[in-house]
Amino acid sequence: MPKDFGIGAPQKRREDIRFLTGRGVYTDDLKIAGQTYAVFCRSQVAHGRIVSIDTAATLAMPGVLAVFTGEDFKDVGGNPAGWLIKSRNGEAMREPKRPVLAHGKVRHVGDAYAAVIAESYQQAKDAAEQLAADTVIDELPAIVDMAAAVADASNRVHDEIPDNLCFDWGWIEDNRAKVEEVFKTAPHVTTLELVNNRLVPNAMEPRASIGEYFPGTGDYKLTTTSQNPHLTRLLVAAFVLGIPENKLTVVAPDVGGGFGSKIYHYGEEALVLAAAKKLGRPVRWTAERTESFLSDAHGRDHVTKIELACDKQGNFLAFRTETLANVGAYLSNFSTATPTFLHGTLMAGPYKVPAVYVNVKTVFTNTAPVDAYRGAGRPEATFSLERVIDKMCRELNLDPFEVRRKNFITTDMFPYTTPVGLVYDTGNYQATLDKAIEVGDVKGFEARRAESAKRGKLRGLGLSTWIEACGIAPSHLVGVLGSRVGLYDAATVRVNATGNISVMVGAHSHGQGHETVFAQIVADKLGIPESSVEIVHGDTSKIPFGMGSYGSRSLAVCGVAMTKAVDKIVAKGKKIAAHMLEASEADISFENGKFSVAGTDKAKTLGEIAFSAYVPHNYPLETLEPGLEETAFYDPNNFTYPAGAYLCEVEVDPETGKVQVCSFTCADDFGNIMNPMVVEGQVHGGVGQGIGQALCENTHYDENGQLVTGSYMDYAMPRASDVPFYTVDYSCQTPCTHNPLGVKGCGEAGAIGSPPAVVNAVIDALHRGGIKVSHIDMPVSPARVWSAIQNA
Amino acid sequence: MYAFDFVRPKTVADAVKALQAEDAQALGGGQTLIPTLKQRLAQPSVLVSLTGIDEMKGVCRDGDALVIGGGTLHATVAREARAHYPALAALAGNIGDPAVRNRGTIGGSLANNDPSACYPSAALASGATIVTNSRKIAADDYFQGMFTTALEPGEIITSVRLPIPQKAAYVKFEQPASRFALVGVFVAKHAGGVRVAVTGASNNGVFRWTEAEAALSANFSAAAVKGLKASAADLIADLHGTAAYRAHLIGVLTARAVTAAG
Ligand SMILES: Cc1cc2nc3c(=O)[nH]c(=O)nc-3n(C[C@H](O)[C@H](O)[C@H](O)COP(=O)(O)OP(=O)(O)OC[C@H]3O[C@@H](n4cnc5c(N)ncnc54)[C@H](O)[C@@H]3O)c2cc1C
Repeated sequence: MPKDFGIGAPQKRREDIRFLTGRGVYTDDLKIAGQTYAVFCRSQVAHGRIVSIDTAATLAMPGVLAVFTGEDFKDVGGNPAGWLIKSRNGEAMREPKRPVLAHGKVRHVGDAYAAVIAESYQQAKDAAEQLAADTVIDELPAIVDMAAAVADASNRVHDEIPDNLCFDWGWIEDNRAKVEEVFKTAPHVTTLELVNNRLVPNAMEPRASIGEYFPGTGDYKLTTTSQNPHLTRLLVAAFVLGIPENKLTVVAPDVGGGFGSKIYHYGEEALVLAAAKKLGRPVRWTAERTESFLSDAHGRDHVTKIELACDKQGNFLAFRTETLANVGAYLSNFSTATPTFLHGTLMAGPYKVPAVYVNVKTVFTNTAPVDAYRGAGRPEATFSLERVIDKMCRELNLDPFEVRRKNFITTDMFPYTTPVGLVYDTGNYQATLDKAIEVGDVKGFEARRAESAKRGKLRGLGLSTWIEACGIAPSHLVGVLGSRVGLYDAATVRVNATGNISVMVGAHSHGQGHETVFAQIVADKLGIPESSVEIVHGDTSKIPFGMGSYGSRSLAVCGVAMTKAVDKIVAKGKKIAAHMLEASEADISFENGKFSVAGTDKAKTLGEIAFSAYVPHNYPLETLEPGLEETAFYDPNNFTYPAGAYLCEVEVDPETGKVQVCSFTCADDFGNIMNPMVVEGQVHGGVGQGIGQALCENTHYDENGQLVTGSYMDYAMPRASDVPFYTVDYSCQTPCTHNPLGVKGCGEAGAIGSPPAVVNAVIDALHRGGIKVSHIDMPVSPARVWSAIQNA
Repeated sequence: MYAFDFVRPKTVADAVKALQAEDAQALGGGQTLIPTLKQRLAQPSVLVSLTGIDEMKGVCRDGDALVIGGGTLHATVAREARAHYPALAALAGNIGDPAVRNRGTIGGSLANNDPSACYPSAALASGATIVTNSRKIAADDYFQGMFTTALEPGEIITSVRLPIPQKAAYVKFEQPASRFALVGVFVAKHAGGVRVAVTGASNNGVFRWTEAEAALSANFSAAAVKGLKASAADLIADLHGTAAYRAHLIGVLTARAVTAAG
């Protein structure tokens, strides 16, 4: 029986009522007196030198208030990369300045080189069109293909970076020679070259920002679509515009999805603030969908060669990878961490492989910046591993289930130190695999395959056993690895005088359901109704300095900070109760919302304690401060390591190449579960995006750097008819050992574990149909499957 | 969008008059035109909405044909053509999504003649007559290439007359992103022979696959087209499929349409 209250209850999400009835308040919904409109001029060419921008005609147009170009920001700071990565030779990565507006050169289609502010949106649009016509840009050859970018020193995205290389990273460099030795003597080596396709995040709500300046106080306010308002404040204030942090409030109101793309600070945010100051009026901007396609940070985009060394029985001896990772034209905030420490460190999977070496060359190209997107690095690692393992099984004629099983780290081996620098605290990979086999009815597969065959369809079964590192992240560790920030989080629990509770959290909910789940936890711990707990997030003037939501960290980091603050409330409440009940503090216990004296019926409710704390007439003021409000910061000791086994069944139509996903089974270990319904929803969403990556989504730049898939006419999003009814099981639970909630994080799992399961299923279907295809790159579109069949 | 004036006449005659203004343009359901305006790819001076003209709406049976008003919604066709011409109703019911089907019109679709649109194949395979405010145009003369038709500027499609075949089916293979037809094949068996119209595939828009028509007129069965190969010459090649793939799909879908037609 699921609980109907508190931790573990499948509560419906309270925020959905406002979202589903159109009462959410998103940035673009806010109307501010005196507001003006910004429209950006964006490059139509992938690469070009800005020769001149003549603003005269534009400034004379009706309603135009101001024009900004790169020249206006040449003396302010750049938008920095959050991680400093060192190359194999010890050199620091190349870090070109990322300006508010392009200056000197434009570097990708959609790169903003000017902005126009006008009284109305239409006037700003007209003016931006005029300004574009009065701008001269000398087009340069576009740098699109990564291999060509590195090979050709004459054509440079950034003039000061000769080979377009950001860094050449080895992980772990000291293991390189050892891994080479293993490959020399290995009885079998499987090699696979693959592409992890570039994705456009496609949050339903496009990015939007409103800048305000209050001349009376010199304060600024930025309302923006952010997953982490404090991080945005730090970046735009301290790094870019030089505004004191305490003079800038950043508010991220309701945000309609981010998937990573709204972690980062973007130039548009700095622009609306600078313009608001200059004009003394609010300045607003909302991206059009085309702008989102062209200028949101994209995800993935790796080209990888992976090799697996093993014995003839399929025992892994080593993995080795060489990856080219696209960072696009500029370094977005997490772009250097994603292909390195969120990718290389996962390259041992859940396996006891003794030797691993990962090499990543990160390349600048004339394309939109690439950064973390749901899963961020871990989907790339998982895809490479699970695909090469599948290929090896086929080459050696081994059972893919048994091969994984024999290579799993076993439960007696935890804590387990991997050869790529992580320490897995706990897990049970055998259990999730067994569970997937059971709930996915692997036994019945043969009958289902026969039935599909009767209809002329090839049915296949794909497996992926995945692990990820989330709950990002232990600051001491990431500091050593190059992070320029800490990755703790924070929460304040305020028991109001009348006994209800406001919880101010550093995490930001943009669809995940924090307002419900966090309230469940606080209510459970304090023994009060969930309805008396309110979660406050997204406003730097209200919440403590937290690092926001990404990397499946909200619960495992901020949620823990919140429970620690609750513990402090209880500890203080005991002191107050001891005074009121004239007992010793040690004799006070707290349960079901009541402080009571052990062995007596003397008790005070939390409400009574709170009242006393705010109306301290009978209160130990000499030893205790009044009020009942506590803040806790929490910095995790380690990552958390969710893991699981995913099974996908597909049908391939051999005549057309169309793939239909028939079923998808997830057996996950997320540790303790706070709200099973929300967990299922997160897994559904993640798997949906994974199926999208595997079968539909393709971001294609042509050789001139034009984004061919710049709209939904050509960029295929997964739809309801593309996904099956999911089977989601989370009954295998090995609670995280180093946080008090025992939680691990479930936000990215679906997107990490699913793509290889889908592709493995397609390859399996083709093989069972006698078509010997060893690999098809994602997205596995009908046209690609058909041509693979033709060429088999 | 650029600024424009907007009128909503009640009769075809008034609409024709309004369309004589310089740079005036007809507005049907707006499912193609409004996105074009939003991207500032068109700049009409006045939009003449056809949605207020009752005489252009409705589905009615006229002997062996179905007559559909040019302003009739896809959703209406899906509902009201079902009893008379189920293949046509099914085609209409699978255009876009409910929002598109409850705004978009058959006249707008035929006037636009998108090379990947569905209706053109139905019109061509049915041997339809496109009726405008000034004349009647046979489907065989009407479609003149990608986004090109026999319509004169300011001419309005008031209705479409579709002879009802003995047997028919439309099979659409969706382009993965837009879900328009990557290739769509409409097969119609008439008393006088079989017509096969292919959409989505050709650089010249919808066309008749005459080899398949001959084979199926002789023997209306999937087997009759099994050996036939559509030519890949002048077929569309893009990110979603090569010309060879489209040519292959034409054969596969034609056979499936014949089977579905029964
Ligand atoms: C998301 C989406 C999905 C879609 N999917 C499909 C699909 O799967 N298959 C498909 O076939 N189509 C699809 N469409 C297109 C849809 O069918 C449109 O409705 C149709 O192409 C245009 O019809 P409309 O009435 O909206 O015309 P409008 O957009 O209003 O007009 C289109 C053009 O036709 C002219 N015009 C309009 N009515 C007339 C008339 N009566 N006489 C003369 N000229 C006229 C206009 O001036 C304009 O040039 C889709 C559209 C969308 C937005």
